[in-house]
Amino acid sequence: MKATVPKIVSIAASELDELVSNVEGTNEERCGFLLGHDNGVRVVTHVVPTTNIASSNRHMRFEVDALEYLRAEKFAASMQLTLLGIYHSHPGSPAIPSETDLRNAQPYFSYVILSVISERFKEIRSWRLNQAHQFEEETVIL
Amino acid sequence: MATVFIPTPLRKFTNQTSKVEVSGNTVMEVIQTLTSTYPPLQRHLINADGKVPSFINIFVDDDDIRNLQQEQTAVKSNTIVSIVPAIAGGSK
Repeated sequence: MKATVPKIVSIAASELDELVSNVEGTNEERCGFLLGHDNGVRVVTHVVPTTNIASSNRHMRFEVDALEYLRAEKFAASMQLTLLGIYHSHPGSPAIPSETDLRNAQPYFSYVILSVISERFKEIRSWRLNQAHQFEEETVIL
Repeated sequence: MATVFIPTPLRKFTNQTSKVEVSGNTVMEVIQTLTSTYPPLQRHLINADGKVPSFINIFVDDDDIRNLQQEQTAVKSNTIVSIVPAIAGGSK
């Protein structure tokens, strides 16, 4: 039987602070890129916020500009980092991926979700697609 | 040959290569050549109608092919074709 490799993403206090400051104080979803190293355990070293360009319902939708995505990939390459994943906030909702999140999810990426209740950070969790295109939770080490 | 930029989520299908030199005179020819070299990429880049799926953006240099001639956009030898997955989601 093939052993299941635990999925772990490590986020240092300074990066967590950046994430929290980006998502608090608003009822709209915030989003951005997570860059770092992937040596089995994923270590986030850079948080790169980007604009939520969803044309409507930004309290429950986010969308990333394609050119911003390309810039994030180029920035990661220039820093010899890996684009590890995407973060976004769930204002008023738990840090659990929705059907919308699942429908739009890409392979490989860590999907870090921050729950924000009454505009204050509540919880952080991370998810990754498995082979069956279902989310599996990753262990977040803070 | 054009240079195709492979985004991080699709690199597991290209042996972790981020840039691939591919021949072709149009975006579709480039994608077809690319997917013949890396067959697992096909379901991500070509839909049942033989087109690029809506959740994939293709840029020729800095221009979205939706603003050019779609999959028939011309590709030259020094063109960079970037594959960009659509990133979106939401709590509901």
